[in-house]
Amino acid sequence: MDTELIEQLEARAKVIRRHIIRMTGECGSGHPGGSLSAADIVTALYFHELRLDPARPDWPERDRFVLSKGHAAPVLYAALAERGFFPADELLTLRRLDSRLQGHPDMRKLPGVEMSTGSLGQGLSAANGMALAGRLDGRDYRVYVLLGDGEIQEGQVWEAAMAAAHYRLDNVTAFLDHNGYQIDGPIREVMSPEPVADKWQAFGWHVQIINGHDFKQILNAIAAARKVRGKPSMIVAETVKGKGVSFMEHQVGWHGVAPKPDEAEQALAELV
Amino acid sequence: MSKKIATREAYGEALAQLGRENPRVVVLDADLAKSTKTLVFGKQFPDRFFDMGVAEQNMLGTAAGLAAAGKIAFCSSFAVFAAGRAFDQVRNSVAYTRLNVKIGASHAGITVGEDGASHQSVEDIALMRVLPNMTVFVPADAVETAGAVRAAAELDGPVYIRLGRSGVPVLHGPDFRFVPGEAVTMREGTDAAIIATGIMTAMALEAAGRLQQEGIEVTVLNVHTIKPLDLEAVAGAAKATGAVVTAEEHSIIGGLGGAVAEILAETYPVPLKRVGLTDTFGESGPSSNLLKKYGLTPEALVSAVKGVIARKQGKVL
Ligand SMILES: Cc1ncc(C[n+]2csc(CCOP(=O)(O)OP(=O)(O)O)c2C)c(N)n1
Repeated sequence: MDTELIEQLEARAKVIRRHIIRMTGECGSGHPGGSLSAADIVTALYFHELRLDPARPDWPERDRFVLSKGHAAPVLYAALAERGFFPADELLTLRRLDSRLQGHPDMRKLPGVEMSTGSLGQGLSAANGMALAGRLDGRDYRVYVLLGDGEIQEGQVWEAAMAAAHYRLDNVTAFLDHNGYQIDGPIREVMSPEPVADKWQAFGWHVQIINGHDFKQILNAIAAARKVRGKPSMIVAETVKGKGVSFMEHQVGWHGVAPKPDEAEQALAELV
Repeated sequence: MSKKIATREAYGEALAQLGRENPRVVVLDADLAKSTKTLVFGKQFPDRFFDMGVAEQNMLGTAAGLAAAGKIAFCSSFAVFAAGRAFDQVRNSVAYTRLNVKIGASHAGITVGEDGASHQSVEDIALMRVLPNMTVFVPADAVETAGAVRAAAELDGPVYIRLGRSGVPVLHGPDFRFVPGEAVTMREGTDAAIIATGIMTAMALEAAGRLQQEGIEVTVLNVHTIKPLDLEAVAGAAKATGAVVTAEEHSIIGGLGGAVAEILAETYPVPLKRVGLTDTFGESGPSSNLLKKYGLTPEALVSAVKGVIARKQGKVL
């Protein structure tokens, strides 16, 4: 694989992570942990994979990305801004009154947001619907969706998993951000969804397990998913919650707590 | 008023007709396609029909995705499951997003009959009415149902259509025009007004006929659109008669009665009696017996009308 591309993506992911810290730090709330764990996957999608035109956010042929774990909105907003959907200055309005950057993504407010999410467990269903519509219309766009490993405790996720396999939605690729934590603690202690890969396989999905911070593996997995016929694809991405900021990594406390000014400064110093 | 047709039957036919006219229309069901009558569409347009199995939450979410990609997605189940089981999906994936999802909810109310309380929705109007962006239709007969389906497809945004299992009289002629948000004055009188919805409109007309024989003239206002409610017509009926009875096959809390009470309290308060289920679940039994037991009959409306007239005349009851 092209090492230059990998280096570019790594640099881009660093910018995305810096935005996440600055945005949440500025408004004093938000979810840095699960945004940082997903940053590399989201970067790979927005800066390599997705067929998009920021000037035409409703272009019918575009690929779709649904952030099912809507609390990771900062990572999506950062990617959309860097990709040119809106000015990066606006990122610092996160969660402010009258901002288009709502605490959880609102498709009616911000261009580039494909689905309003925030109530966990609903994104895969919506992604399936978009994929069914694409098939009906003879369009070859692909639909990507990012799920949290705590999120998949929601029953609706498995209803949707069953439906995607039943309708052979090979235009759907899901990522599981397998960072091992939810709000109340490690997922294995709170309510274990393990073994996750086996479960998706049993539901009729093509499953790959990768390191979710290794761009080579992410890109290869996406390419492999594209080739699968007759089945939806799940990419179980082994990730680190809080990835990239030493004092946030593996710390459940950074799920929904914003860095204070000195903490933000320290985090930014690490992300250079 | 001889022929009886269930509104779910009319829904199935209307959907199929819509399918012929509009290729954007898709239909989803949750393993009740025979009962909700979406199968009529499903047989004619198998490519645009999706049975989602017994998974209502996923059905609503999938419909939202289809709508986000340009489809007009009708989805059906029993009202208890469509509005209740999948409430958060309706709220967050459909209403908040203002997507083109149309919920055709059948088997509403106690006229479900023998299946009993678990299947008899007495709260769905309240649940759907409280959601921002949601339009709520409760057709009274087959003609209104056809109009409601067509209007739902034309409206940009989410719509809830409440449908019944049992046959109801056809009240309107073929040239009736269904206008969303416009209540229909079925007859006029100055002694009292019955504001009715769904299957209770036919009963209101019957009650009005009986009252006339006793020299009491009542207005019957048929409210097929609970939201947006026709405020002018409701307040107008109160002004013209000074006494109002509401009638619905739903809890008197939060439904048509609740909506009318809210509006009249703020605009033109008059003696009001809400006829409906009085904060109770239903039970098993033949639907006609259930209607009697729970006080959803022309007789009950007759006495409710007399009650509000007495209050209007200052006689405390
Ligand atoms: C339906 C629903 N229930 C509860 C919440 C509150 N909540 C927000 S994030 C979260 C934990 C999610 O854990 P996970 O999916 O593992 O996210 P990640 O660790 O990747 O951030 C919860 C319970 C919610 N947003 N939606």
